[in-house]
Amino acid sequence: MEIRDVPCPFCGCLCDDISVRLDDNRILGVENCCTLGNAKFLSKGRLQHPIMRKNGKWVEVSYEEAIDETARILSDAVRPLLYGWSGTVGEAQVVGVHLGEEIGALIDSTTSVCHNPSILAIQEVGHPGCTLGQVKNRADLVIYWGCNPIEAHPRHMSRYTTYADGYFIDNTVTDRKVIVVDIRRSEGAKVADEFIQIKPGGDYLVLSALRAMVRGRDDVVPDSVAGVKKEQLQRVASLMQKAKFGAVFFGLGITMSRGKYKNVRNAIELVSELNRKTKFTISAMRGHFNVYGFNEVLTWMAGYPFAVDFSRGIAFYNPGETTVIDLLERKEPDACLVIASDPGAHFPKSTIEHMAAIPTVQIDPCVNATTALCQVQIPVAITGIEAAGTAYRMDGVPIRMKKIIETNFPTDQEILERIVTRIREMKRDG
Amino acid sequence: MAEILLKNAYVIDPISGINGELMDIAISGSRIVEEASQKAEVIDCQGYLTLPGGIDSHTHTSGTKVNFGRYMSPEDMRAGRTARRGPMHITSGYSVPTTYGNSYRYSALGYTTLIEGAMAPLEARHTHEEFKFTPLQDSFANTLFDGNWGMLRALEEGDITRAAAIIAWTLTAVKGFAIKLTNPGGTEAWGFGKNISCINEKIPTFDLTPADIIKGAIRANEMLHLPHSVHLHCNNLGTPGNYTCTIGTFDLVPDINDKRQSLYATHVQFHSYGGSGWGDFCSKSEPVARKVDFSPQIVIDMGQVMFGRTTTMTADGPMEFNLYRLHHDKWSNHDVELETGSGIIPVNYRKKNLVNSIMWAIGLELALLVKNPWQCLLTTDNPNGAPFVKYPEIIALLMSKQYRDAEFATIHPDTEKRVPLPALDRELNWHEIAVMTRAGQARALGIIDLGKGYLMPGAEADIAIYPIKTDEIDPSAEYEKVIAGFSRTEYTIKRGRVVSRRGDAIIDGENTTYWVKPKVPAVYDMQHDPAFIELFERYYTVRMSNYPVQEEYLHRNYCIETETDL
Repeated sequence: MEIRDVPCPFCGCLCDDISVRLDDNRILGVENCCTLGNAKFLSKGRLQHPIMRKNGKWVEVSYEEAIDETARILSDAVRPLLYGWSGTVGEAQVVGVHLGEEIGALIDSTTSVCHNPSILAIQEVGHPGCTLGQVKNRADLVIYWGCNPIEAHPRHMSRYTTYADGYFIDNTVTDRKVIVVDIRRSEGAKVADEFIQIKPGGDYLVLSALRAMVRGRDDVVPDSVAGVKKEQLQRVASLMQKAKFGAVFFGLGITMSRGKYKNVRNAIELVSELNRKTKFTISAMRGHFNVYGFNEVLTWMAGYPFAVDFSRGIAFYNPGETTVIDLLERKEPDACLVIASDPGAHFPKSTIEHMAAIPTVQIDPCVNATTALCQVQIPVAITGIEAAGTAYRMDGVPIRMKKIIETNFPTDQEILERIVTRIREMKRDG
Repeated sequence: MAEILLKNAYVIDPISGINGELMDIAISGSRIVEEASQKAEVIDCQGYLTLPGGIDSHTHTSGTKVNFGRYMSPEDMRAGRTARRGPMHITSGYSVPTTYGNSYRYSALGYTTLIEGAMAPLEARHTHEEFKFTPLQDSFANTLFDGNWGMLRALEEGDITRAAAIIAWTLTAVKGFAIKLTNPGGTEAWGFGKNISCINEKIPTFDLTPADIIKGAIRANEMLHLPHSVHLHCNNLGTPGNYTCTIGTFDLVPDINDKRQSLYATHVQFHSYGGSGWGDFCSKSEPVARKVDFSPQIVIDMGQVMFGRTTTMTADGPMEFNLYRLHHDKWSNHDVELETGSGIIPVNYRKKNLVNSIMWAIGLELALLVKNPWQCLLTTDNPNGAPFVKYPEIIALLMSKQYRDAEFATIHPDTEKRVPLPALDRELNWHEIAVMTRAGQARALGIIDLGKGYLMPGAEADIAIYPIKTDEIDPSAEYEKVIAGFSRTEYTIKRGRVVSRRGDAIIDGENTTYWVKPKVPAVYDMQHDPAFIELFERYYTVRMSNYPVQEEYLHRNYCIETETDL
């Protein structure tokens, strides 16, 4: 049996043209997918039962016991942290936000350690963006800045930009120019018409130089900016202004390097400036398939895209204070629920040490680096393969993820709802 | 079934021809009935003003751009925080409240039905997700077609039937309610950073003018027998001298529907400007209102501006960019492939600003100059002109010349030379306010047959009871009491249940989403049309099979099936 048009639950590209071949409720093969998505669809090995640490040893337990223990941990906590969310669907995230509100938790997502600075910049200067199809159909200039789509979003160029069929583009290979900006000659740089190599930490300066040039002030730009020759910048500024439709895509190369949100702000302001001359858009290359969905869900429910603290009885947002790394660094949380992410593999050592020191529960189908920090792990259905629901693509387009495999594992949403129910029962019973 | 008996209600129900009668209203289940049994819960209305539940025929509360307005504006979120209380969830936001914030605050004002003004079809799932979390009001989505390539191509070929078939497929797929055109042609031109100046200018990428799109959509709308008319945001919003464009647009509209208007023109305040630039900017409410008076086939809403901070958001991307160049504050833009655009910027309408003062006057003038209140409905184009929580103040301004004069004395002193407002003595009465806030909306939207907008047996039990005794208040002088009375209902009843009591939501609620499904013959079913499928598969970035909004997003819903002339 073949199921077509399956959205891929890996990255923010959310390619929805995947064909999956099935036999007897097992995936035999996947078509149209990149290597990253392919690996996820075909992955084996998962945790079969809930596990708990008892006397320093992992013990298999029932779902009931694991949920009971999780509810007890969260009920007893004074400063609970609910973290992760980007690898699950909106329907589960909604339950998480309600849970956070009910127990006065701090809720944050993987956004906090990736495009958090992009959101701060957007909150200062806005975001001139568009859906990916607008780029596909119109853009004659595509700029990848501080990101490497070939490795991280392998089908981005073929589906949405450089190699995609475009309504107003006769020949997608010759009629689109590609500029890559990076600190090293990445794979993406090899297909670029123009590669700008910036000295590490120099993005802000180069963006400022381009802004000056677009405003007609070449005279204030020195001969070399962060290792980039003025002639090249002039060439690039001219390409930008001559484009009919230019699209900038940026990644963690500017959000998490020196300058952080100031880099993104500068890039956005360059794009806003270019709109006075021609059409330009800018978009973040989002990572997890539904990292943007959590930002959307938390925003419509609480008013902010990430890092919301419910402990005061209102929604309180103050990045730098209510962001997960800062919170853990201050050793504030006394309990932690991790879902649909793997902070154990990505967070700084000091923060992980604190997670290991407090009762931490993980909801995840697989054993991962975070498992080592936990007291309890509850395995669930794999979202987007064994569980359906809503995900938001990196450009904000919502797509319904499919359930293509039957499973006995409960979904994220079901587990979260059971935890909420159990917490209410404990509260009622005192 | 649960029963409620409202005793001693002072009812104004314009659709049923009731203008101020003390009566009882019986409710059984979700409907108003002839009489209730002995078991009914009795609510003594004490002679308070009792109206059908408020209907906002043009508001932005749910979907991609509304949520982005929140996302980019932590300052606005902080300006409207409330704590969890009883069944009420935490809310944030002043001009763009969170979904629960919208729902609770609208309910406190007596509103039971909201029409989201602009839903991009590609992102419709998002709008429906937010509807679910706006539980105290029924939801309808105006669906954007201004730059829909399939429809534009059909119109280019002169094939109105095909355009209608594409509209039918899309509305059914995205669970939309009506055809919305926002700056038709302009949003498509904005795809390459351009705009359209008025109805007779050719669009750069299609062999069409806005006039072609508007006329074509109106005819297609009637071929599909949709409940509502075409809902139009005219070209050239916000520019000095645009009133000629507005009147030119109204001239295009045939009178082809017996039950309602053939065109609904929204936020007309923003389209009634005179002058050749900001220097001689002035009100042209008089010619626009006169045009409406002579055009029974047109209904407008005010788009009133009120002073203070708000957030502007519209599918009209090029207009928002122009506004950004005036205000130099933050600017967001979000074009939607093959369909439309959008933009957002925060603004602060200031009394000390002459242009803002004139805009404030124009909205009021339209409401006072248009003779028939059924043709000019009360809106702020929430939150563009002001957040909806300003509605009570607008009602008071329309009912009191004294209040208008008092306000007028505080705005930019040169306003007097640019607007006719000081010369207008008309003061609207309670009945006219009831028309402009619910009955007129129900008729214009074509939803009276669904039980909306009136209080007779058979109607949905959507009722607002305001702590206002009309015989004890002189609205011309006691405008503060009018504001207070309309700001907080004594009871708001939705589908037969009390949902809001003195400003607080008292139950979780569960709303209904209304959507249309025109019955299209197989030959016009776009699902199997090769050319339509090819356009979709080549140029959209979402597969056609993944595009329609699935049943899972509808929850409680009501499908309005229509017979068509295709």
